[in-house]
Amino acid sequence: MPYITPLLPAYPELFLLVMACVILVADLFVSDDNRVVTYSLTLAALAGTAVITYATASADPVTTFNGMFVDDLMSDVLKLLVYLGVMAILVYARAYLSLRGLFRGEFFVLVLFATLGMMVMISASHLLTLYLGLELLSLSLYSMVALQRDSATATEAAMKYFVLGALASGMLLYGMSMLYGATGTLGIAHLADIISSGGAHDVVLVFALVFIVAGLGFKLGAVPFHMWVPDVYHGAPTAVTIFIGTAPKLAAFAFIMRLLVQGLGAERLVGEWQQMLIVMAVLSLAIGNVTAIAQTNLKRMLAYSTIGHMGFLLLGILSGDLVGYGAGMFYVVVYVLMNLGAFGMILLLSRGGFEAENLEDFKGLNQRSPWYAFLMLLLMFSMAGVPPTVGFYAKLSVLQAVINAGYVWLAVVAVLFSLIGAFYYLRLVKLMYFDAPTDAAPIAPRGDVRVLMSANGLAMLLFGILPEPLMSLCLFSIQVSL
Amino acid sequence: MLTGLPLLTLAIWIPIVFGVLVLATGSDRNAAAARLIALIGAILGFAVTLPLYARFDPLASGFQFVELAPWIESFNVNYHLGIDGVSLLLILLNSFITVLVVVAGREAIQSRVAQYLSAFLFLSGIMNGVFSALDALLFYVFFEATLIPMFIIIGVWGGANRVYAAVKFFLYTLAGSLLSLVALIYLYTVSGGSFSLLDYYQLPLPLEPQILIFLAFLMAFAVKVPMWPVHTWLPDAHVEAPTGGSVVLAAIMLKLGAYGFIRLSLPIVPDASHTLAGFVIALSLIAVVYIGLVALVQADMKKLIAYSSISHMGFVTLGIFIFNSHGLEGAVIQMVSHGFVSGALFLCVGVLYDRIHSRQIADYGGVVNTMPVFAALFMLFAMANSGLPGTSGFVGEFMVILGAMKHGFWYAAAAATTLVFGAAYTLWMYKRVIFGAVASPRVAALSDISAREFLVLGLLAVAVLVMGVWPLPFAEVLHTPVNDLLNHVAQSKLR
Repeated sequence: MPYITPLLPAYPELFLLVMACVILVADLFVSDDNRVVTYSLTLAALAGTAVITYATASADPVTTFNGMFVDDLMSDVLKLLVYLGVMAILVYARAYLSLRGLFRGEFFVLVLFATLGMMVMISASHLLTLYLGLELLSLSLYSMVALQRDSATATEAAMKYFVLGALASGMLLYGMSMLYGATGTLGIAHLADIISSGGAHDVVLVFALVFIVAGLGFKLGAVPFHMWVPDVYHGAPTAVTIFIGTAPKLAAFAFIMRLLVQGLGAERLVGEWQQMLIVMAVLSLAIGNVTAIAQTNLKRMLAYSTIGHMGFLLLGILSGDLVGYGAGMFYVVVYVLMNLGAFGMILLLSRGGFEAENLEDFKGLNQRSPWYAFLMLLLMFSMAGVPPTVGFYAKLSVLQAVINAGYVWLAVVAVLFSLIGAFYYLRLVKLMYFDAPTDAAPIAPRGDVRVLMSANGLAMLLFGILPEPLMSLCLFSIQVSL
Repeated sequence: MLTGLPLLTLAIWIPIVFGVLVLATGSDRNAAAARLIALIGAILGFAVTLPLYARFDPLASGFQFVELAPWIESFNVNYHLGIDGVSLLLILLNSFITVLVVVAGREAIQSRVAQYLSAFLFLSGIMNGVFSALDALLFYVFFEATLIPMFIIIGVWGGANRVYAAVKFFLYTLAGSLLSLVALIYLYTVSGGSFSLLDYYQLPLPLEPQILIFLAFLMAFAVKVPMWPVHTWLPDAHVEAPTGGSVVLAAIMLKLGAYGFIRLSLPIVPDASHTLAGFVIALSLIAVVYIGLVALVQADMKKLIAYSSISHMGFVTLGIFIFNSHGLEGAVIQMVSHGFVSGALFLCVGVLYDRIHSRQIADYGGVVNTMPVFAALFMLFAMANSGLPGTSGFVGEFMVILGAMKHGFWYAAAAATTLVFGAAYTLWMYKRVIFGAVASPRVAALSDISAREFLVLGLLAVAVLVMGVWPLPFAEVLHTPVNDLLNHVAQSKLR
């Protein structure tokens, strides 16, 4: 069967696409009371995709669709983490969604298409596929934010997200078209060959680079392109915020690896984008961490903390060697785990008509439920980067890469801002442990949420005591893929 | 039978495992079980450290009881443990004090007992880890990990201003240690990818990076010691911490900084240590003299002892940075002695506080009339705190002054003022609290210490006296590491 074998690397995507369509149709025949069928089907689809991805994984990169699509170890690892993240999100969000009338087929289909978009982004080796994946993800996200139609803040957030996101996509596309003009190709590997052999005009390339970095900055939410992040995180229903705040960052990391490192990683361009990333990283660390202090809304605080974390991620990437990229990947994986837990906790504490999104809502959590307070404590200390939690090793590996690249001053700046960052994470711990509760509502999540939340929180400690497997997996997958 | 056991690993992990068990007992309904498990854990933790002393070879150079296993291979980090005489004494001190703290917290702490006790057990294991780590990253992880339980201890069980104190404590220490993390990663890069302290000891470094590394370490360790002018978190933390928290803080946590100087600063950057010794000595003398004067005017007993701790720790850093064997050995002896004495003093204040719920000196007076046994023990500790010969406080101070005299007359003269100020603030406080007319009906109604309190204070009294009269068992394990360190520091790393 000559037509089947070449598509092997894209099997997971194809499977998920088919499943998304099946679920879309199947959902029509499911009544509101039995929506759990759609939910289970979605989980099953993701699990099936995970199995296929795992089964087709290999250390050697394989391409298909005339080199537009690549399947390498980095993409497999990132995709598996995406599935894991999305499945966790669905479990965390279930109760929240049903209480707000959002437990509907559209949500699950949008989630699946967004996931598909991320997968395409992660595996793209051609500017067109890259853009295609990005847009599939973004369009799904815009509609997910707007899903809660009668909420004014959600609608406003969706509008902002859409306008700014479209602008960013436009910039990215403009940069890509300039690259095409300069090199005559859209294939990433081909692009890299032409640039490193000196076959493209420098001025055009640098112009293209500026637009591309600006577009990436928007998608990542790095300063000065961060304006949408707090509003969207705050305005969107928490079940959507947890989605925006986690899995897409993995895809964004792959995007940067593909475009900047594989495509524009030639000697003469690295210096150019390094400079831009330094500025963005320092500004993100500064503005993210300082502004987070002034927030009283936990979702907004985590939005600013995300901006700070993206600054750290950029530090890993800008060091410009494989160890640095490995550190960046480790950082983004850890970041996703931490954010899953933190937003999961907001979902867990919220109930019908009540969003546990203000810092005050966490007051005295230790007296209401010592176990969840302890898990949140681990998550917060991990975000602050205090050993023995895994967040420390994420920061350590990035700092090591930065110092190795000769930027000791950047490392000092980074630790100073993470010190400032420690303050607001600490404040949440203070509220949970030192203050008396103002709310006596019982906390009784479903059994699956309870298990998942515990695993999520304890993972901070487990990977903190034994960070080696995850760390070397990231480093190894970067080494064999780039 | 014991030879095959990884004693250091046990000393670290027994308290931590028991901490988890204690935590698992859950709510205050099972407080009795929590107390029992915690006590077993603390005693077992102490018991495994005793063979360390028994089988320690005081004449051997280098580290003993070494354990080495790969931990994070991507970064070439090893689970590398080992101790010399300095670490040995501090581990023993730590495990001993933990037992006392667990016993002493019995009545004072009634809410969230399991969390309280487990925090102390975690802290004890983690600090044993700091004292035995031979890998820089392992050291750092343990060093930082002390912050979390201590933050919780101060913040949850502290007094009125506890939140301010806890946050101040956390941020001050984190600020210092993050900079030293940068220094450690720099060393990792320069050494070609090793986090082993033993490799760093042999690593040649130019003067400029040495000075920057020294300053980064100084930031971290000075905050923990604490040295003037970054000491301001300590009185806040102490006043607001529960008695057990104060004891652990004063008796052991403060030693982490001084231990860091001995284990990291001096041997890794010897030239910078020499270059900047004058600066550190100046800070130490300011601590000794100025903070001694500050202690004199305190109206709050815990604050007074806290300032007295800073002043005494000034002695320790002075002893470390005058680079002779009397000074350095005296510094370590002083660390151990201060552990006993300050711990005992905080326990004494705790005894009074549990009864009257006041730390103000003015609220007391004539306690001797109602609590004679307590007054006698308190007297001993007050004497030890002012450095009376025959108590442990004298040995360390005397040796440091002797060392300072070798370094220069005026250093010794300034340091010796502590004998005056120390006696003044301690004994004056003692006089106002214990002697005089019975101050109030509440004092008149006081009952003397219980058997449990007597046991705790009595054990400390024995330790203070033994160390004062017969310091040899403590000093003999220190000769070799101290001389080795001084020889090492005397060699320049500039090549």
